[in-house]
Amino acid sequence: MPQVFHRSANLIARVSIIAVVVLIGVLTYALYQIEESAWYTNIGEARPQPVPFSHRHHVGELGIDCRYCHTSVEKSAFAGLPPTETCMSCHSQIWTNAAMLEPVRASYRDNVSISWVRVNALPQFVYFDHSIHVRMGVGCTTCHGPIASMPLTYRYGTLYMSWCLNCHRQPSKFLRPRSEVFDPYYQPPSAVHPVTYREVKYTDQLALGRQLMKDYKVYSLTDCDTCHR
Amino acid sequence: MSSDPNSIHRKAAGPNPADAAPTAPAAPSAAGKDAPREWRSIEEYHNTPEFRAALEGEFSADAQLPDAPGRLTSSAAAQAPKPEAEETWRPRPWEAWLRDADLQQQMRLADSSSALEKAAAPSAAPQDAKDGINRRDLLKLAAVGAATAGLSACTILPTEHIVPYVRQPEEIIPGKPLFYATAMTMQGVATGLLVESHMGRPTKIEGNPEHPGSLGGTDVFLQASVLDLYDPNRSQTVLRDGRISSWQDFVAEMGNQRAALTAKGAGLRILTQTTSSPSFGAQLRKLQTQFPNAKWHQYEPCGLDSAREGSRLAFGRMVNAVYRVDQANVIVSLESDFLVSGPGHVRYTREFASRRSIEGTKQNLNRLYTAESMPTSTGAMADHRLRVRSSEIEGLARQLATAIGIALPGGTGAESANVPEKWVQAVARDLLKNRGASLVIAGEGQPPIVHALAHAMNDALQNVGKTVYYTDPVELSPVNQTESLRELVNDLNAGQVTLLMILGGNPVYDAPVDLGFQAALMKAPVRVHCGLYKDETAEWCNWHIPAAHYLESWGDGRAYDGTIGIQQPLIAPIYGGKTYQEMIATLTGDEELSNHDLVKGYWQAQGPPKGQKFEEFWEVTLYNGVMTNTALPAISVPLSHGFLQQAPTSSPAQGKELELTFRPDPTIFDGRFANNGWLQETSKPITRITWDNAVLMSPATAAEHGLNHRDYVTLRCGGREVSGGVFLAIGHVDHAVTVHLGYGRWRAPGPPHLIIGPGGTKDRQFGFNAYVLRTSTAPWIAGAPVQIENTGKKYEFAAEEHQWLIDNKGVESDDVSVNAFKRDLVQVATLEEFKRDPNFAQVPEAQETKSLSLYPNYQYTGYAWGMAIDLNKCVGCNACVVACTSENNVATVGKDQVDRGRVMHWIRIDTYFHGAVEAPEMYFEPLPCMQCENAPCEYVCPVGATTHSSEGLNDMTYNRCVGTRYCSNNCPYKVRRFNFYLYSDYTTPSLYGVRNPNVTVRSRGVMEKCTYCVQRINAAKIRSAEENRTVRDLEVLTACQQACPAGAIMFGNINDKNAHVTRWKAQSRNYVLLADLNTRPRTTYLARVRNPNPEMAG
Amino acid sequence: MDSEGTETTTQTQDKLIQPGHTMATVTDKISSIVLTRGTTMGWVGGFAVAFALFVLLNVAMGYLFFVGVGIWGINIPVAWAFAITNFVWWIGIGHAGTLISAFLLIMHQKWRTSINRFAEAMTIFAVACAGMFPLLHMGRPWLFYYLLPYPNVMWLWPQFRSPLVWDVFAVSTYLTVSLLFWYIGLLPDLATLRDRAKKKVSQVLYGFFSLGWRGSASHWTRYETASILLAGLATPLVVSVHTVVSFDFAIALVPGWHSTIFPPYFVAGAIYSGFAMVLTLAIPLRKWYRLEDMVTVKHLDIMGKVMLATGVIVAYGYIMETFMAFYSGNGFDRYMIMNRMVGPYTYVYWTLITCNIVIPQALWWKKVRRNPLFLFLVSIVINIGMWLERFVIIVVSLHREYNPSYWGMFYPTRWDWAVLFGSMGLFLTLFYLFIRFLPMISIVEMRALVHKTEKKEEAAA
Repeated sequence: MPQVFHRSANLIARVSIIAVVVLIGVLTYALYQIEESAWYTNIGEARPQPVPFSHRHHVGELGIDCRYCHTSVEKSAFAGLPPTETCMSCHSQIWTNAAMLEPVRASYRDNVSISWVRVNALPQFVYFDHSIHVRMGVGCTTCHGPIASMPLTYRYGTLYMSWCLNCHRQPSKFLRPRSEVFDPYYQPPSAVHPVTYREVKYTDQLALGRQLMKDYKVYSLTDCDTCHR
Repeated sequence: MSSDPNSIHRKAAGPNPADAAPTAPAAPSAAGKDAPREWRSIEEYHNTPEFRAALEGEFSADAQLPDAPGRLTSSAAAQAPKPEAEETWRPRPWEAWLRDADLQQQMRLADSSSALEKAAAPSAAPQDAKDGINRRDLLKLAAVGAATAGLSACTILPTEHIVPYVRQPEEIIPGKPLFYATAMTMQGVATGLLVESHMGRPTKIEGNPEHPGSLGGTDVFLQASVLDLYDPNRSQTVLRDGRISSWQDFVAEMGNQRAALTAKGAGLRILTQTTSSPSFGAQLRKLQTQFPNAKWHQYEPCGLDSAREGSRLAFGRMVNAVYRVDQANVIVSLESDFLVSGPGHVRYTREFASRRSIEGTKQNLNRLYTAESMPTSTGAMADHRLRVRSSEIEGLARQLATAIGIALPGGTGAESANVPEKWVQAVARDLLKNRGASLVIAGEGQPPIVHALAHAMNDALQNVGKTVYYTDPVELSPVNQTESLRELVNDLNAGQVTLLMILGGNPVYDAPVDLGFQAALMKAPVRVHCGLYKDETAEWCNWHIPAAHYLESWGDGRAYDGTIGIQQPLIAPIYGGKTYQEMIATLTGDEELSNHDLVKGYWQAQGPPKGQKFEEFWEVTLYNGVMTNTALPAISVPLSHGFLQQAPTSSPAQGKELELTFRPDPTIFDGRFANNGWLQETSKPITRITWDNAVLMSPATAAEHGLNHRDYVTLRCGGREVSGGVFLAIGHVDHAVTVHLGYGRWRAPGPPHLIIGPGGTKDRQFGFNAYVLRTSTAPWIAGAPVQIENTGKKYEFAAEEHQWLIDNKGVESDDVSVNAFKRDLVQVATLEEFKRDPNFAQVPEAQETKSLSLYPNYQYTGYAWGMAIDLNKCVGCNACVVACTSENNVATVGKDQVDRGRVMHWIRIDTYFHGAVEAPEMYFEPLPCMQCENAPCEYVCPVGATTHSSEGLNDMTYNRCVGTRYCSNNCPYKVRRFNFYLYSDYTTPSLYGVRNPNVTVRSRGVMEKCTYCVQRINAAKIRSAEENRTVRDLEVLTACQQACPAGAIMFGNINDKNAHVTRWKAQSRNYVLLADLNTRPRTTYLARVRNPNPEMAG
Repeated sequence: MDSEGTETTTQTQDKLIQPGHTMATVTDKISSIVLTRGTTMGWVGGFAVAFALFVLLNVAMGYLFFVGVGIWGINIPVAWAFAITNFVWWIGIGHAGTLISAFLLIMHQKWRTSINRFAEAMTIFAVACAGMFPLLHMGRPWLFYYLLPYPNVMWLWPQFRSPLVWDVFAVSTYLTVSLLFWYIGLLPDLATLRDRAKKKVSQVLYGFFSLGWRGSASHWTRYETASILLAGLATPLVVSVHTVVSFDFAIALVPGWHSTIFPPYFVAGAIYSGFAMVLTLAIPLRKWYRLEDMVTVKHLDIMGKVMLATGVIVAYGYIMETFMAFYSGNGFDRYMIMNRMVGPYTYVYWTLITCNIVIPQALWWKKVRRNPLFLFLVSIVINIGMWLERFVIIVVSLHREYNPSYWGMFYPTRWDWAVLFGSMGLFLTLFYLFIRFLPMISIVEMRALVHKTEKKEEAAA
């Protein structure tokens, strides 16, 4: 009676055993990587906007303060998006007929809101509050990245829970003096350029962070109800 | 979200151009070019003939508009919920499978999208120029919602849009709520409110602490009224003979009518409900001058007729009695449910409760005697409750009167077995002991004579000026409304009425049956109805105008003591409703005046108080919601003793014959709230029935008539009959039957979020129409004895508690209570016992087990939130339940699901009986989550969805919950609620508006529960941190605490030694439920202390 | 119990295999069932019924996932009912298989040989059914992976204090080990089938799964070691798995759950119901496939004894539960027991007592143990009884807990029943496929048995 299988079957069998084990490992790793990847999280991807608004120009080159447009960032959970009025306060004077700005003028004229595409969207069951973070010395760029050098705005952080916890578990790693919160060019203290806070030069972020936590009464808040209700 | 009245950022909304909201978005594509780009209203837009044609063709005569503009609005509308989908909704696969992130997205859209903001910017622009816009925006919002719902199921990261204002109203800080003062009027009595508004959406009603009628408290109706605002079943379009018409057409028509009116308007009749609005009065006077022969009639099925007639009997003129309950040591209630119904009841509850508080052993308890036929909250609070048939109460009153020395030549009427002489004498002695500090209150359900006798007794006891004082009636023109309606009907039948304008109310449904109102109505050629709903009356009128909700309109009204409250709108009419004032204006020729002009105009005409500029005065008044020093002055009215001569009027029901009494429903009142899911699902006090009225009778009576619980019976009375289910009410008087009015409406579609999952509630009956048996001569106590006939069928009730436990004889519910007392769930003592042993409530196990735990105890270094509930104060009015529902987006599940034991309320009012089934003591126990320190729910959750916070809360993280329900099994208090289906209504766009944006809307398969309003706690913590301080005591009020008219709930930081809650918990009456389980609840209770009359003991 | 007097009569019956069997006959007989006998009408009929039920299960599950667990009768307070009852019931049934195959192997109990194969199969299918339920009963089953410890962007782990997480590990381990053990045992037989198969396709299939078994000495040594090792692994599982399952209840503070007696009494109950199920399957099988000579009356007798023993332990459990309720002086426990006995579910409780305690006492009599029909009926009764036991523990404890204001009732809906019978459908479907395509009795071990018995007879002669 002839053999049912060719002898190579033995080899195939052995190899496949190893292959399966390896494959499982690879897949798990791959999935995790994909979830972290920019492709999945939109990090660094500039979303198309009705008006190609450039933070680099307005913040970087013109040096307009964040709060000029995002008015409620110190008062409310919602940082606030400038009403068309705000845009027009300048653009009724300059670039009055730039084609690029037509949507803005149209909005002002026809009284129809501009519908921007959200760049940093949190899941709807997360209750984030700008005012308290700003108050406690979390800088704009800490979460929003090098905004002053963004021609078109893109997402900087993954906005994953791990990303939040990274700071919530150890705020000292990120805090900066309140005076620096809105500075788009702020650099964490280092030997090269130390940060002066209360006449003290800090070269180490952790040292500064701990001091700020003491002064600002910042605690590591990791209760679920801090963000989920 | 500030809850602290002092720190509330309140606004007086004035129509100043600054906060004018953006006007119309681009006209919908369907509108075409020739459609006006800025129409003054949706109707104007609808006037384009082609649209009319299309619409007429497409919809039945009574087409509901919501889907119409839904189709009109932009491309997104393609995905908008189809009308039939709104009609009967079933969870669909993709909905069931949505990640709740996607679902929440729609909810948040309701907040972030500009649509509602526009819809809402208070009192912006002329009202009528805005209504169309709002309505359309709401629907566009719906479209977006539906669109994203569809999309997000298949995209990784849904693209969200963020839409800023074009011109931002000054006072609006995006993401921060505002509070506006306004007022709601019921039975002509206004109660001041503070309404929380998110981006211009009113979401939550609170009492206005500065308003005498509220003092910060509210009741179920006030709390739930905000849901009516967004009710998608509200009438949304002007109808002429059932076909869609427009406001312009109506105004024109009224113009013609005015011209046509002859003989000084002899044919003109106005029918309103009770009103106390001065500005409205001014309009009516103007109308009167224009048409001297026109007549104004008032009718409300559950008005104040007998109280007013009683006062006329006693004083020769109609007066308004204002009680000072807190001044009375002894209160006798003659079937008066003054704690939960009638003018000023919110205030009275606060005053009553203030005399039930015990600080340590320091106390000054009042004593309450109640004589009533059916068990009520007031009866439950009574120290001595006498079960008597309504008709026997006059006899009781007379005996009591004679006993305190009032000569009654008319005699005391027939003796009744239910009224023991001993009882009367004891009460009389107690009253006499407390001359000037006692109070006798007669119930609306009693005939005028009883009210008169009550006045006489208060007079004889020298209470007048101390515990009760009299003012002119708060209504514009107090009349006997039944007579007023009778006159109208006669005129109608005589064919003298050419134009009848019905402003509010629903007479076709609720008018006394013997008047034959509907038939008479049809005799008037032109019948105009203006109401919130296209109800039974609208059905028979040839004009129907949607009315504006009180949160949408300007107005004013007097409180129970006459204080003027201004009602300012928080949102422009969502469905383009009109106010009654605008309706009258069409007759007085002021149609161009807006509702705002009419109200403000009136007060401008009145002029400000001396030394004030009107604008300032007006701003301040709007800000406070109260016009200072406008309470009606006390008047001295001599008692006219004439009525004491007359013989007893009501003949008490004889022997065993069944007496039928009517009552307004505790949750849907006279039927006006029939469409309000929150109220329908709120269980009635004592009986705990939801969604139904019932034939209430005592178990003994039922047995006597061979009836059982749930039997479906036919009631026959005076040749009329109606069928309903028997419900055995423990504590109900024998040989009597009580039915609640307001159910069985044939033109109330029922709340939309009723139809939940398979076996929804549409197929089930909701109660029966008791008005069918109600005549103008015997409004509260049926004239003839009632016959009961068992149909042999059974009726399904959905009672929230005891629902499976009342067996056929209705005694097993007793077993529940017996066990409740065995298990020390309710701790009670009489005042004597309390004095003997102030620590009677302490459970020894509590101390013993304190140290026993495998896990190390939590350390609470910062805040430690805790709650104490004073059972001595709680009157079981349910205000907390509805408040919680409103604050926490608690879903309505419908009768069927309630029946299956799936009600979602986070706080419930457990009701226990003690003693004999015939005459039990009744106890209320509000039960929110206990927030245990050793929480059994926490350690069994496999995914850590419910965890312990550093401040002692049992956090519930909905988005983490996978729904194993293990936590609920392990909760000894059973306070956890589970979304067995997709209960939250994601399909009805207008309901997005009512949701609290700070609380996640729970999706299907998720466990939920009370977290002490953690969203409020966090808001307060953030605010305090930003102000570099700690959270103040009473800065965080939980929704239940804030709503409670009795102030029975105290919440705060128990790490703060001086906090109110800490002081409450320090009392000897403080005890925990199921102490021996060592769960260490943060919610504790202050034991009940009764104050029985020693002389009646045993 | 055997009385000397009946020696002669029982002599033939007391054999584990009828005399006259040689290695060849054994092999022929067993393999022929799979290879030559073909698909009989009886099999098709039975399979059809089973499959119909299986389809019902799928319908029920589909509807469940679309609409939600609300389609069941569960509510607050009775948040767990049929789903968990079925879970515990199926898991329990599984135990007998492992006990027979692993535990008795180590104990060198010869009588296990002819029943261990399908007993193991039963275990695997039962565990498969059981494994379904924790998933089905979840409110949001599509998030089941939250229960698994895997690296995630939320930086969250399961909550390891929860018995439900322990279940995940216990059950998955159990399934894996049982599956391996069963498969290893199958290898030589698969090879036999491969060699005897006529059709190419069966040759290839059996060949593929026999992993190139040639019966070389090295194969046999590895085979033996593997079996012993796995047996060693499986044996503790017999005890551990149901102990963990019992924690689901013992850990909670519900009166009627919170009890230290649960682990032993659950394990005993599991083996009790397991053997009942083995008999429920074995008795018809040996009849239909004429296997009385291999699954002899002696087997039935022994299994009857095991049931009796475990049954008595279970009875003891009930008695202790009742006793402790009163002895402890805990009012809640006392009420719980009284409620079981005279409450709204009294009929369920007394049916359970009748099924699990009263009727099985018949097993004291040899006649009953040795009468296939009686034994079959008893085993059915016990299966029902054990399901009711879980129902009583879960539903009757929950429906009247600590807070009387939230006492309730549970009424099963048609979907509850659909899922219960559907799961039986799944079980039977798998089992029918098993007996059709795999040797339901271990050929190898039977050969070994024949060998041993022959040796003995020679020695005797």
